Amino acid sequence: MSSFWTLVSRDLKLALSDGAALGTALGFYLIVVSLLPLGLGPDLNLLSRIAPGVLWIALLLAALLSLGRIFETDYEDGSLEAIAAGPMPLELIAAAKALAHWLATGVPLALLAPLLGILLNMDLAMSPVLVLSMLIGTLAISFLGSIGAALTLKTRRGGLLLALLILPFYVPTLIFGISAVSMSLNGPDGGTPAFLILAAISLASLVIGPLAAAAALRVQIQ
Amino acid sequence: MRLSIDNLIVKRGERTVLSAVTVAVNTGQSLLLTGPNGAGKTTLIRTIAGFLAPASGTVSLEGGDPELDLAQQCHFVGHSNGVKPSLTVGENLKFWAAYLGGENAKANGARVTSTIEALGLEDLGGIEAAYLSAGQKRRVGLARLLVADRPLWLLDEPTVSLDAASATQLAKLINVHTSKGGLAVIATHLPMALERTLDLRLQPALAGAHS
Repeated sequence: MSSFWTLVSRDLKLALSDGAALGTALGFYLIVVSLLPLGLGPDLNLLSRIAPGVLWIALLLAALLSLGRIFETDYEDGSLEAIAAGPMPLELIAAAKALAHWLATGVPLALLAPLLGILLNMDLAMSPVLVLSMLIGTLAISFLGSIGAALTLKTRRGGLLLALLILPFYVPTLIFGISAVSMSLNGPDGGTPAFLILAAISLASLVIGPLAAAAALRVQIQ
Repeated sequence: MRLSIDNLIVKRGERTVLSAVTVAVNTGQSLLLTGPNGAGKTTLIRTIAGFLAPASGTVSLEGGDPELDLAQQCHFVGHSNGVKPSLTVGENLKFWAAYLGGENAKANGARVTSTIEALGLEDLGGIEAAYLSAGQKRRVGLARLLVADRPLWLLDEPTVSLDAASATQLAKLINVHTSKGGLAVIATHLPMALERTLDLRLQPALAGAHS
């Protein structure tokens, strides 16, 4: 198990010291959300109504930007082969790298969301629900995304292909993530059913993601 | 300990790259793979490392740790070095020591220090690997062999971009490893000053040959 956390902390360190991936994701998120009110005009009611949806969709696209890098840099410099010839099966390697992606990208994006919500006149009381739903939802984004990242490992400029492959699988997360937030307006327990389904999707992707990504990696490193 | 390769056939797509390779390497021996480009040296090494599944035949390490599979008992150094440019040389080696070596942080730290000394990397320890020359990066990549103990070393063209002194040093490291009871499989075009070698010359399989 120590190898698992060694790999996670090394990936986190690389993501932070490199900075490009996290900066791109946060910058993209900020730009999209801050441009939207300029395009829609100063209708505060409209903005606060669409805020959860806008924040969720922009978060999804921002996370997508850095997905391709989960395995790519390690593959290019030969680390992936040396890691694969190490003490862990490929499934655990894929899980460690997806977890590091979640910690380095999903968590910062989710924490930034309520701040950007101010730009959309979102009710600040919604912030805890929003952040919680995003923390859970981004787990599915990272772990399902690792499948796409593994499948498009050898395709140069595979960003679009990755998006096409993986976006359909994000639809359930998106739907239940947004409804968990907007239905929580109906009362204290209003968002609970959507929340539970969101969590179920994330838990399932925690299992399916590493298994499928490892199968794809096995083909890629032949 | 004994690495047995028995009647190994490996295909890439429909093309047979290795046809019926049989060889056994005993404790203390180095297997030198030679042959023209495209003869299947890399393919054989990658098959031993478990990256490629053979079409038929077996690769096994007799006398190894029965709880571990072959891939977990070998060091693989391929064409790329596996060195992270944004980490320093010391950080790179510390990661490999912790990842490959296991729990004991203190022992791993000592291994990294002794490896840096053994390979003469003291001056480079604190430098980010991005600033190293190709030969220096190669040496850092090869330093992985020493930060964790593994019986089988798989080296694919290890001397590429090394200067003469470093190539000699590498040959010494391999000799020390095999004299302690380790095994090595080395694909190379250049003669290396190795002891107790076993030669295997691979020939390119006929283009389009089907078995």
